[in-house]
Parts: sequence; C-alpha cells; structure tokens
Amino acid sequence: MLSDKDRIFTNLYGFQPWSLNAAKKRGDWDDTKAILDKGRDWIISEVKESGLRGRGGAGFPTGLKWSFMPKQSDGKPSYLVVNADEGEPGTCKDRDIIRHDPHKLVEGCLVAGFAMGTTAAYIYIRGEFRAEADVLEAAIAEAYAAGLIGKNACGSGYDFDVYVHRGAGAYICGEETALIESLEGKKGQPRLKPPFPANMGLYGRPTTVNNVESIAVSPTILRRGAKWFAGLGRPNNTGTKVFCISGHVNKPCNVEEEMGIPLKELIEKHAGGVRGGWDNLLAIIPGGSSVPLLPKSVCDEVLMDFDSLRAVQSCLGTAAVIVMDKSTDIVRAIARLSKFYKHESCGQCTPCREGTGWMWRVMERLVEGRAEKSEIDTLLEVSKQIEGHTICALGDAAAWPIQGLMRHFRPEVERRIDAYKASAGKTQAA
Amino acid sequence: MPKLTVDGIEVEVPAGATVLQACEAAGAEVPRFCYHERLSIAGNCRMCLVEMEKSPKPVASCAMPAGDGMVIRTNTPTVKKAREGVMEFLLINHPLDCPICDQGGECDLQDQSVAYGAGQSRFKENKRAVEEKYMGPLIKTVMTRCIHCTRCIRFSKEIAGVPELGALGRGEHMEVTTYLEQTLHSEVSGNVIDLCPVGALTSRPYAFTARSWELKKTETIDVMDAVGGNIRVDARGNEVMRILPRVNEAVNEEWISDKTRFVYDGLKRRRLDRPYVRKAGKLTEASWAEAFDAIAKKLKGMSGDKIAAIAGDLQDVESVYALRLLMDSLGAPHRDCRQDGAKLDATSRAGYLFNSGIAGIDEADACLLIGVNPRHEATSVNLRLRARSRRGGFAIANVGPTLDLTYPVQELGNDPKLLQAIAGGAHPFAEVLKAAAKPMLIVGQGALARADGAAVLAAAREIADKLGLVKDGWNGFNVLHTAAARVGALDVGFVPKKGGRDVAGILDGATSGAIEAVFLLGADEINTDSLKDAFVVYIGTHGDEGVRHADVILPAAAYTEKPGTYVNTEGLVQRGLKAVFAPGDAREDWTILRALSDALGKTLPFDSLSELRAKLCSEVPHLAVIDEKPTAAWGKFGTEGAVEAMPFTLAVTDYYRTNPICRASCILATVKDAMSGDKTEATGTHG
Amino acid sequence: MSVHVIETGESFAFTPENEAWAKTQLAKYPPERKASAVMPLLTRAQEQRGGWLTKEAIEYVADYLAMPYIRVLEVASFYTMYNLKPVGRHVIEVCTTTPCWLRGSDEIVKACKKTLGIGLGETTPDGEFTLLEVECAGACVNAPVAAHNGTYYEDLTADSATKIIEALKRGEVPKPGPQVDRQTSAPVGGPTTLKATTGGNA
Repeated sequence: MLSDKDRIFTNLYGFQPWSLNAAKKRGDWDDTKAILDKGRDWIISEVKESGLRGRGGAGFPTGLKWSFMPKQSDGKPSYLVVNADEGEPGTCKDRDIIRHDPHKLVEGCLVAGFAMGTTAAYIYIRGEFRAEADVLEAAIAEAYAAGLIGKNACGSGYDFDVYVHRGAGAYICGEETALIESLEGKKGQPRLKPPFPANMGLYGRPTTVNNVESIAVSPTILRRGAKWFAGLGRPNNTGTKVFCISGHVNKPCNVEEEMGIPLKELIEKHAGGVRGGWDNLLAIIPGGSSVPLLPKSVCDEVLMDFDSLRAVQSCLGTAAVIVMDKSTDIVRAIARLSKFYKHESCGQCTPCREGTGWMWRVMERLVEGRAEKSEIDTLLEVSKQIEGHTICALGDAAAWPIQGLMRHFRPEVERRIDAYKASAGKTQAA
Repeated sequence: MPKLTVDGIEVEVPAGATVLQACEAAGAEVPRFCYHERLSIAGNCRMCLVEMEKSPKPVASCAMPAGDGMVIRTNTPTVKKAREGVMEFLLINHPLDCPICDQGGECDLQDQSVAYGAGQSRFKENKRAVEEKYMGPLIKTVMTRCIHCTRCIRFSKEIAGVPELGALGRGEHMEVTTYLEQTLHSEVSGNVIDLCPVGALTSRPYAFTARSWELKKTETIDVMDAVGGNIRVDARGNEVMRILPRVNEAVNEEWISDKTRFVYDGLKRRRLDRPYVRKAGKLTEASWAEAFDAIAKKLKGMSGDKIAAIAGDLQDVESVYALRLLMDSLGAPHRDCRQDGAKLDATSRAGYLFNSGIAGIDEADACLLIGVNPRHEATSVNLRLRARSRRGGFAIANVGPTLDLTYPVQELGNDPKLLQAIAGGAHPFAEVLKAAAKPMLIVGQGALARADGAAVLAAAREIADKLGLVKDGWNGFNVLHTAAARVGALDVGFVPKKGGRDVAGILDGATSGAIEAVFLLGADEINTDSLKDAFVVYIGTHGDEGVRHADVILPAAAYTEKPGTYVNTEGLVQRGLKAVFAPGDAREDWTILRALSDALGKTLPFDSLSELRAKLCSEVPHLAVIDEKPTAAWGKFGTEGAVEAMPFTLAVTDYYRTNPICRASCILATVKDAMSGDKTEATGTHG
Repeated sequence: MSVHVIETGESFAFTPENEAWAKTQLAKYPPERKASAVMPLLTRAQEQRGGWLTKEAIEYVADYLAMPYIRVLEVASFYTMYNLKPVGRHVIEVCTTTPCWLRGSDEIVKACKKTLGIGLGETTPDGEFTLLEVECAGACVNAPVAAHNGTYYEDLTADSATKIIEALKRGEVPKPGPQVDRQTSAPVGGPTTLKATTGGNA
C-alpha cells in the first residue's frame, strides 16, 4: 500500500481548507519559480521520465503530449486546456482535486503551460460542478492576488493567465476536440483529426488538452523528481492514481493509491470490501462506464493499471471502479449505460447517432428477455459497426460495455430469453 | 504533390488534396453523403471509410489529407463491411417511402443502397419520426428522411452567408431546421434542394408534379440576370417542370438563384400565344398575315426617321441583330437596347464588360463597388465575392447605398463625388487599390443610368487607369450588367446610329410626334405611357408593360423555347438550346422578324438560323467564339465631366420582379410575400 | 422531441449586475472570439429569467455576442442544463446512471415522485417543483445523488430524500453534501489513508 508520504493529494477529502495558505503548508507553490527556471525542456523531459500517462482515460504519455507543442512561438497565442468536464459514470476524482486541492491544479497549469510555451490555460469544468467551480475561481483569484499567475507569474518573467469556463451539461465535451468546440461557443461536437489540437486547437491555435489529475500531479513530480514517481507502480504504469470505488462496496470512496495495486486489495483495504464479502462479487467495471466489465474470476487477480487491464480485454480508463455484487441485474446495469450513451451521443456522425439508440432499445428488450437469441449476435455486430467507425471514441465507449457483457454474461442473457419465452408460452396456454 | 497508392495504383495529387480525391484520381469510386467539394468537410456520414495502411481503424477519406507514401485500399472486405454498416444505420430510421418521394430516381441514398444495402432490415424497433419543418414557400421538407449530413447547414453558413439553418438537439434527436422555422432569407436557398442527398429537402413548387425519369433534359442558358448561368431545363411534353443548375466553374459554379430556379411557372402565365391587332382601340385576335398587313400598311411610305426600335433585356443576340438589320433596311437610326438609360459606350467593348471575368474575382485582392448591389443584380457574382472575402486578404469598399452583401464591406458612403477623390488619390481607399496586386472595381447600372452616367463611367475608367486596375494580364475594370441581352445587343451595335435617338429620345419623340412607329422587342422595362400616340409593334412573350399601348402584338418565344446566343456581363458567348415549343401561335423571334421583313418588302438576307448566325459572326467575329471568355482591348470610353453629388440608386429595387417572366411567376410572388412577411414580423418583435 | 422555443412577449435584458458580470466573462476570451462566452451568458440569462430560456433571452444573448440566432439556439438545445420551457422554483435532479442505480436511485426517484406527486420531467401544479432525471452527476462514490437547484445531496436514501424535499417545501435549506456521517468522498467511518492529517474526523 502506498505510504502517506508518497501521496500527492494530501487534502483529497477536504479535512483541511483549500485556501492558498493551507495549500502552501501542504507544499504547493513552494518556489515554483525554481521549477520554471530549469526551463521548458527540463520540465518536459522530467515529466517524460516520470512515466506519467494521461489520467483522463486514454493513458497517453503526458510528457510526450507536451512535446508536440511548437518549440518556437510564432508570437500568437497557444493554449493549455484542462479537461475538468468529469462525467464518465463512476468517476468523481477531479471533483475532489478541484474542491479540496485546487492550488495543485492551478500551479500545475502554470508549470505545464510554461513547459509548452502557452499563453493561457482554460479550465473547462462541467456545469453541474457549481460549488467546485466557485472554489476553483476563488483559488485562481488568490493565485493572481499573490502574483503566482498572471503577469510575471511567480516572478519568473513569464505571463500566464488561467481562466475557468463552465460547461452546461454534455458528457461529450470530455472529448478533447468537442471540449474545444464548446469552449469556442458551439455545440460540443468532436472535430475530425487530423488536424490535431497541438497543431490547430482552440481558436485554430496550438493547444494541448490534459486531464485535471495529469496537470495537478505535475508540480509534485517536478519537485520530488521523475525517479520518485517512476519508482511507484510498475514499469510503463508508474506513479499514483486517484481511484473512485463505487457501487456495491461497504464504504464507497475515493482514494489515492499506487498504480498496479491489486483490484481486490484496493476494494478491501479502502472501500470496506464488497457488500456481503468478496465471494458475493458478480462483476466489476474497472475504469469508468466505457470499459468492458470483468467477471469475479478476473477480479480476483487483476492489477489496477493500464497494461494489466488491457491484458484482460478491459482498460484502466479513469480508474473508476464500479462494483456489482450478486444481487445486480447485470443486464439492466449495462442497459442503463446504453441509455447513457444514447443520451450523450452528439448526433454528428451516423454510426453513433443511429447505433447508440438501436443498441439501447435492444438492450432494454434483453433486460426482459423479450428477444430472439439471434439478436445477441446482431447486437454484437451492430456494436462492431459502431466501434472504430465514428469521429470520436464515444462510439467505442457505447460498444464496449455491451461487448463486455456478452463476453462474460451471455448465458445469463440467453437464460432470460428462454424464461421470457417460457412465461409467454404459459400465458398463451392459460 | 504527394504520391500515394490506391488499390495498387499509384497516383499523384495536388498538395492539400484529400484521400477521397486521390481515390477518385485513381479511378476508385468512393460513396459519400456529407462530402461536397464546395463545402467545408464535415466527415459525419462515415460512408467514405477506406483502409489506410498503419491505421488500426478505417479512415474517413473525405477528411484525411493525402500524404506521401500512403497506402489506401477501397475494395477490401473491411471497407465493404464498414460501408454496409453505415448504410444500415442510415436506413434504420429512414422511411421507406421512395414511391412517394420526389427524390426518387435521383436519390444518393437510394443509389447507394443498391450497392451497399442489405436485403432486409434487422432493425426491429420503431422508426423515428421527425416533426415537419417549415422553410418557406420554395423548400418542401420531409425531415424524417433527413440523414443529418449537414450539407444544407454548411451551404447556408458558408456559401449563401445566411446562417439561418442549424441542427437543434443532439444524438438521435438532432433535427435540422431554420431558426423558428422561418423562411430562409436567401436568394440562393433553392440550392439546398440539389445539395440534399435524400428527399428531406425538395422543391415545394415541383412537388408531385413529375418523376425525374420522365423528364426531357435540355442544357441551356439562364436570362434572369447578365451572368449567363448554366441551367438545365427539365420538361415533360411541352411543359417546363423545373430548372436546375449545370456546373460551369467559370460562371455559376453549380449554384443558381431562386429566381432562375423558380421562374418557370412564369413561362406558363400571361403568355402571348397569338397575334393581336388593335381595332377601334381594342386589341383583337388576328392571324399572322393580318398582323403583318397592319404593320405594312402603317409603315408604308413612312420615313425611316420616324421609326424607332427598343430591344429588351431577355433577348437572344440573333433576334436583336435581325431587328437591327430590319431597322437598317428601313433607314431608321433610332434604336437602343439600354432600356434603363445606362450611359454605356458601345464603341469600346472593354468599357462595358466585366473584364476580369467572374472567375477573376477569385484572384482579386481588392475591390471597389460603385452603385451596385451584386447580391440582387448578379447572385453568382455575389457568391464569388463572398467566397473570395471568406478566404481573407480581400478589401472591399462600397460607394453607394449601404448593403447587406453577406460579407463585410467598408462603406465609403453614397457620394458619387468620392469617385473623383479616389481617382485623384486623395481618398485612403486609393492606396488600397494601388497596393493591390489585382485590384478590381465593379460599376453597376444604377451608377450609369443617370444624367451624369457617362461621367461616372469616365471616373471609373480613371480609377482603373490611375490606380493600376489595368495591367499586364489583368483588367480589373468591371461593368456589372443586369440584362441578359445587354452585352450582346451592344456587341451588335443596337444603339442609336448617328443622329439617332436613345431610349429617352425615342419616348420623347413618340410624345412629340417626331417618332410615329416604335418596335418593342421584348421591351417591358420602360414606361410606355409616352407611346400612347405612336404606332407600337410589340414582339414578345408576356402581357406586360410592352403591350399596354401596342397596336400590333407578335407573340414570340421565351428563352426556354428557342435556340439563342447570349453574351454575359464578362463578354462570354454562350448558346442556349430549345427545351420546349413556344405556346400556341407564338414563334421564335428571328422567324417573326424574317417574315415581317418580307411583308415590309425588306426581306432579310437569311432563311435559317444558321444563315443568320453566319452573317452575324461575319459582322461580329467574336460572337463565333463560344464558351471562351474573351479579352477586350482597353481604350477610351465614357465622357469626362462633372459627377453629380446626387446619391446612387440601384438598378434592381424589386428583386423578384425584374422582368416579365418573373412578374408572371406566382411562385416568385409567394417568395416575395414570405420574405417581406417575415421582415414585418421581425421588425415588430425587435421593436 | 423537436426543440420548441417559447416566445413570452416579455423583453429580456441583463440586470446591471449581470451586465457587469457578462463583461468579466467576455474578458476571458480574445475580443474576436466573443462567441466563447455564449455558455456562461446563457446560464446567467437562464438564472435571471427564472430557470429557463425564452426566445427573447436567447435572442438577447445572440445580439449581445453578435451571433446568428440559430447558432445560439443550437447551443441552448444541445446542452442539457438549459431549459427551453418553464421549470419550478425548485428543480430536483436525480441521477439514475448505473453507479447511482446500483445504490438505489430507483428508490430515490420513487420517493421524490411520491413526495412531490409528479413524475419525471414534470412540474408541480403550483409551479414550485420540477423533477428531472439526469445522467451521471459525477459524485459516484457518494451515490445515490440528487441536486436541488445545482446543490448536491449525496448518499441519499428514500427517507433522507423525502426529508430534504419536505424541508424545501417548508422553505428551509437542508444541509448539502453527504446525508450520512462521512467526510465528503472519504469512506464512512473515516479515511484509510492520510490519518495523520485528517484532524479530529479520522
């Protein structure tokens, strides 16, 4: 288990104030100028060496992403955009960072923004997080007042602004180019790539979009060194991670743990174990609603990191662990996710617009068993027709939960179809 | 110039080309719905997916820039499956109402479903139904058929510059509509009908009147303005059912105005379909022989100096030329084609042409508008200007009434005296023109049809001369005409001969008695009150202004009813074909004039259209050069003199009523009402 | 499901305070990118207009930002937090996405319906309460979750949800956050980590 001295988010639960004074006591904003003085290249190479991979779901190496930004400015603006549009079902880690440790994020914006030579950061926070956005805005105001950001940030000679932009209810804005569109005042519809944001992002300017957690951990990495961070977890899956454990556990919670912690240990140590004991476990969605679920047999052994979960045909995603015990109507649990994706499809491209609704409707019938068994294969084919054929990954995200369900629980789905037929037969006979 | 391989064939495409274009270059057909070469790339239909080596997923070829060394496959099972998948998704919520759909037979979805559709549907749920949307009197909507390709939205935003279409809601509930279901406030709105790949947006006036496969298609030239838009006239039997654009990159690209598209019902109303002779003050039906006889009787012994002729705005060159020859033979010097009184100088062709060419707008980098509203006077020209403006690096300034042209224009004020200030270099915009590599000006008929028109023309020429608008390989001096017949008529010299009267002079002369007989060849844009006492022969198509005081009416053919040559505002010579026969006893104009000349004993020297054309081309050789934009020699024109301070007025004040055909069109009348109706409403709520 | 905009005939304009606030929003974006402020301005217009956006409010914001009306309506109809029809003074939003559903959001919905006497998507006849189902509220370790006018109430039970609504009916403001004894997202009974720095609560 990660020791407290290696935890980055030392105020994750908000036992202490979020304020600048309290944050400074926790080590934030401690001679940030010294970090900046080491230069852009040093920061980027340190982040690369730390092995930090994006905490928003895709796990792209953060330092590498930063290095895609132009080395030389053309004198016009470029941007860091922070994705605080947290909405992946199961996920609520950025919320805690923002409301309890906002200065880690603000300082991270400065450090990351500086490393990429950007002129400003926009933090796009989901509209529902009103209280959280209020805290963040207040923390930014504190940082401005203390000269930490703004003109000559931290006395570094570098000018850097940080702005908060509030969303208004659209999961798709968590997709980086949809987020940029939204920030430009349009519907959140993902853009075609290429061009990638690093070439043509916000307002057509070079832009990097990072998750809150990726940015918020970076000052600590730079202070304690890449080696420290890389020494945690496993190779290619380094550092710490905030896990969200929800669903059928005795004590749902967020907790920062070491990457690669066994799933079972994570749940038993921090979340009070599965309701009714580990043997009462049915399945777990290990990385937010988009990733395929894992049956108990896999959960027994699997480690919580990118590569381990990939090996069992799932993903770390946002590290949001949704636990389902044996009382769960697993078909309905996934059907509810299908409804979510249908609701959140932006409607722009054909497979997702048409396919998510189709899949949801079939799933609703499968909950009752009101279908033919052949429709399971049709459903899987439809999911394959969506997967990989859309502009953004929402199509994949809608397809995977269903694929995961059928991979591991097809007999249950078939049992319902049989049961429905039997009861319908009885009704007819009666 | 990236080189890539498509299905094993190596192709080289221009930098900036897409994979889809590369596929086409390699001869691989790629199905698409949302992609359209004149619109921004949306990449949303996903029909054009192809396989790209090193990419784990198929890529949308319309959106992927072609890169050197790419290996593309369009004919693999993966690609086929991907397209079939997209097709299935498009069809699950698309109604299967093809038998009653006006798009039937020319529907992209229908066509592609032949190639990629499954034999039967696996979709067992209810199909989505979408509430109908009102988009005005021209566009019929069946939005349940919409496949959300957003072509119409992109057209309105990008090409038309009237951002009133959008997609509301999201996901499967996304619906395309205009703001609050208002009429689209665009004079090019009908193009969305062509752009819509399915039957969601169809032509309301055409609805259920014909099936596309039973129409005879004739390629011809539009006469609603002086652009010479390339059109296709679709007819069933002898009835024009609809008018569509044809592609001509140099002229109208593939857009036409709503006036051009929907004027066709005007061809069926208020038509002159038999000759008339005024007897005892009343127009009476007559035979052709009676009509000719009446004219011959009247003209017998009349001195040529008492005879005049005015040519109208929609005429083909042949008929104007034939009338000129007839006037020549009658010894009548009074003839004019400038109904509006524009002080155009027929002696210098460069002085009355849009010299840069319409396509030249694409290259220009500065533009001065002088008393012109291109949006209403030549919509295709305005679309070009807008497109050029959107690309940036194009300064446009206006001397004339303030206008909404759909792109930003620097308003210099409506003071004609500014022209001399600009020419003299005193005005800041002179510097802009001088600094430009390819500067242009566009002078409208409104600026020329005034007492000091010749001086305005001279001032414009001076601007061109002094500020570098005319240089090697570039002539940015542009006259924008509004009449389809005007340039051709000027080319054949249909202007007063020495001592002859112009339009105003003819009308005055008719009042004073100096002129006793007037031929009106489709001339309806003058006030004929002055002709009350003269003997008026009207040769034309509609019971409009020209017939009010006519003594003899000779029914002629409209532009869809005759082969004819038209010279557009840039001097481009194009030939139109006959789509249908003129109604009743009406005849093609040149045959009327030929027969009349016979009756007058002044037989014109041709017996067929080809003989007429041969004579015409020997006299005016450049008219033999078809479909090639000519260059005209620069020279002196206009009359130097004082330009009055009186503000410019515009040539077109009532866009949907500029000629007898559109005035007869009920469809266009409805559009006009719908537009103004909205406006009144808007004013009411906007306070 | 078509989008319909309601014209009230009442003109709309920002109050002086909101006008001043709008200026601070515009200052965040490059001057030629005013449209970026459309979301915050719509949100504020909605708050000022009593929880929903009228045609007049949409057009006011569009004019304010020099945007075509259709573009603003696209935005207003795309994001779920904008209401295009009247809502009650109290808007109760119950999250029913899987993490909340696993922990009993069905019961919360049932309790809300019963206490308010209305169904999802409906408003009480007195115009006081609107009950809405929402997708993932992003507070999943405190499921089930509901919001009252944007304030989160977490770790709900049918009983606590009922009590909250009844308190709201009486004009009281119930204490937001977890409705069980726990510090934000920490496990019930105290955190398993950072015990040295968690004060007396641990």
